[in-house]
Amino acid sequence: MAVCIAVIAKENYPLYIRSVPTQNELKFHYTVHTSLDVVEEKISAVGKAMADQRELYLGLLYPTEDYKVYGYVTNSKVKFVIVVDSSNTSLRDNEIRSMFRKLHNSFTDVMCNPFYNPGDPIQSKAFDGIVSGMMVQPS
Amino acid sequence: MESLTLSDVEQKYYSDLFVYCDTDNTKKVASNGRVLDLFRAAQLPSEVVLQITELCGATRLGHFGRSQFYIALKLIAIAQSGLPLRVESLNSVKDLPLPRFVVGKNEAEARHAALYQDTDSQGLYSSSGSGVIPRPPGRGHQNKKGPPSSSSVPVHEPDSTSPVVSPHQSPPTSPHSWRKHKRQPSGGNTDRQPVVSAAGAVWTQFRETQTGPVSGDGMWSSHSPPPTVQESWVSFTADTPPSSALPAMHPSSVQESTTIRTVASAAMTNEIQRQSSGYDDPWKITDEQRQYYINQFKTIQPDLNGFIPGSAAKEFFTKSKLPILELSHIWELSDFDKDGALTLDEFCAAFHLVVARKNGYDLPEKLPESLMPKLIDLDDSAEVPEPTTDVGYSGSPVEVTPNKSPSMPSLNQTWPEMNQSNEQWETFSERSSSSQTLTQFDSNIAPADPDTAIVHPVPIRMTPSKIHMQEMELKRTGSDHNHPTSPLLAKPPELPEEAKLTASMKFVAANTGGESQSGTSPEALKVVAPPPPPPRPHPSHSRSSSLDMNRTFAAGSATGQQQPATVAYPPAVPPRPLPTQAEGVSGGGAVLTTTSPQQIPQQPNFADFSQFQAFAASEQPSSLPEVDKHSETGQVDKSSEGAGPLRTVKSDSQAEDRASATVSTGSSGPLAPPPKPVRRRLKSEDELRPEDEQHGPQKSNLIAAVLATQPSIPRSIGKDKKAIQASIRRNKETNTVLARLNSELQQQLKDLLEERISLEVQLEQLRPFSHL
Repeated sequence: MAVCIAVIAKENYPLYIRSVPTQNELKFHYTVHTSLDVVEEKISAVGKAMADQRELYLGLLYPTEDYKVYGYVTNSKVKFVIVVDSSNTSLRDNEIRSMFRKLHNSFTDVMCNPFYNPGDPIQSKAFDGIVSGMMVQPS
Repeated sequence: MESLTLSDVEQKYYSDLFVYCDTDNTKKVASNGRVLDLFRAAQLPSEVVLQITELCGATRLGHFGRSQFYIALKLIAIAQSGLPLRVESLNSVKDLPLPRFVVGKNEAEARHAALYQDTDSQGLYSSSGSGVIPRPPGRGHQNKKGPPSSSSVPVHEPDSTSPVVSPHQSPPTSPHSWRKHKRQPSGGNTDRQPVVSAAGAVWTQFRETQTGPVSGDGMWSSHSPPPTVQESWVSFTADTPPSSALPAMHPSSVQESTTIRTVASAAMTNEIQRQSSGYDDPWKITDEQRQYYINQFKTIQPDLNGFIPGSAAKEFFTKSKLPILELSHIWELSDFDKDGALTLDEFCAAFHLVVARKNGYDLPEKLPESLMPKLIDLDDSAEVPEPTTDVGYSGSPVEVTPNKSPSMPSLNQTWPEMNQSNEQWETFSERSSSSQTLTQFDSNIAPADPDTAIVHPVPIRMTPSKIHMQEMELKRTGSDHNHPTSPLLAKPPELPEEAKLTASMKFVAANTGGESQSGTSPEALKVVAPPPPPPRPHPSHSRSSSLDMNRTFAAGSATGQQQPATVAYPPAVPPRPLPTQAEGVSGGGAVLTTTSPQQIPQQPNFADFSQFQAFAASEQPSSLPEVDKHSETGQVDKSSEGAGPLRTVKSDSQAEDRASATVSTGSSGPLAPPPKPVRRRLKSEDELRPEDEQHGPQKSNLIAAVLATQPSIPRSIGKDKKAIQASIRRNKETNTVLARLNSELQQQLKDLLEERISLEVQLEQLRPFSHL
């Protein structure tokens, strides 16, 4: 169950960011922003094998005492970032992967919509639905 | 919008009222004008009227659509009955009298007065619009069209129906008054007719047909589509034909009016019933609508079975002037298969949604069932509308599917479950999406699932590390000197190849097994406690052998243990996988790798020997590269074992290796001092593995090289079997030694890699803090 989910465009501006609004959301925004550095590093790290299949799932970007940040990047350099509460039963890697997979699928559906201009903020209700399904229920 | 079930009587009544109020013939009634008059005539306090207006949603929309109007009328009736105004009471109150509208005088008189006095300003409909009363005037107005005499006849028919309604509310005088103004308007109307002109024609058209909303299209026989949908259909900016059709219809209908009216009553009742049913399901597409949509589809895409690309659809729907956000939502709803293109059904659904939206219907969150793409012929879609479904999305799939099944037996196979229930209907949509997720999942599986991902790339990417190769070469050279395996001189290249094959198979099996055990994958390895991918840190490894090594190491000691064990195997028993190996040899490493899992430990040697026996010399060169490949894939311990004997053989068949190496490299310097050939052989093995295409030339070159270099090696296929066998023996011994050495080195490598990984993990753990 994620605490914050963000979709960041290739130019590193957010297309979609949503947090469980219990805590101050700004903290999550800041976390996602800093995690972009790690994402960039990971992307460039595997850059040698660019032609090869670069792993889309980047894994744990970095942990803090409160939460863990996972990253995923698509082939078009669109980044998905999931912030997970550490106090949660630590989610298995596969679960995080499946969350990213769902996100990616939903994102491609949004992209397929001819009325969606790439670069616009994502306002699709279907996408919102998928994201809500993944977020921690606000308690 | 609240669902609203109306009785037939109510339906007729409301439709008449609506038509009466719909002076602009837009099917959307503004809040001003006759609606307010009508409401005022209901003699309700103004706050009640306001409340009603709000409840029915008109304030939200800014106007009265047909549904809002009906709801408002019903609420008026409720209020007039003294019941509290609630949305729930819309459908729950039974036997509700029709709303009554009074103009201040007796109803009947009011009607008369309104009708007759208000003629100038209004068209055919004047007056404050009473409930029952306007309807009769409507019918009376119908009569206006033709000569009064002729009209009188048809008027009776409406009269016959209206008395059904009138007793509900108005005093018995209403029929009389009805008839009265039936006659009177005829006179008056004739005067007005020239004034009314086209507008009047429209009105009379409506009156005549009495099909309620449907009449808007001037379509007699059209059964009731969602009322507003049709209206919006007309108002669609890009849509001119219906509107143009409207006026066109009028004259014809006017002329037909007299004759048609005789049929009108029957038709009307039918239409009213259909109308009520159609009203219940606002998302149904009527035949005319569907035909219209199909025509529009054809303008974009002549092939009805084809797709409309997203861009064309975007342009088309942008013409509707809906906000992009709503169009985006409509697209999401209607693009059922998420392919970025619209089939005919999807297009009709999208068009229908646009029309509904323009009429003020809110977009649903989910695609209504009646709009779901049928995936069947257009003919069947016409059968979809159900007369009596509940409002919303309930029963249609059940009815739809039976329609579909007879028409599209082929689709029944795909939709066996659809014939069952709504849930399955939903599951279909979910299936489609899930299938998409499945397909996408598969594409994700490749990176995510180590086992499947590894097997295939392994043969290509696996190469023994240069270090290993060099070591093995050294060993081999040493072993060559040490080993009396020289008898194995003439071991056909197949031996090493086969051994390698088996080794590779074993290795791959170990890899896959190990991987499954360890649950690691290249990606996993890359991500181990966020360490960098293993390939990065292995400079010594030429190709992605490091991956394999890591896998092997990750696999754990199990494979390691197996390896020595395998190494220890004497090459005695023919390998079980020989036939598979044979296939693999011919078919490439993948085959063997797939079979390898079953053959992990016992077979490398077996494979070797069986291969030795099975293969003729001619096959040797061909199998050599493949064996090389397999040995590459198997590598590590397995490969070491296989490679050992293989390499021993190879050492004996240095010429072969050299030849193969040279062949693979493109040059052929077959003869070289033994150490060099050993190295080259190892390299050639690596090189040969990915180079299947050189088998042919390698064969010949190998044979020639072998013959040239080692006289003990049989020059030709049928040359010296003894020499061959001797070389086989030698090579096997060399292989054994080399395999042992290989396993030891592998172990060392594994240790080193583990250390490295731990260091990387530590580094990763330290690194994040540097980012904070």
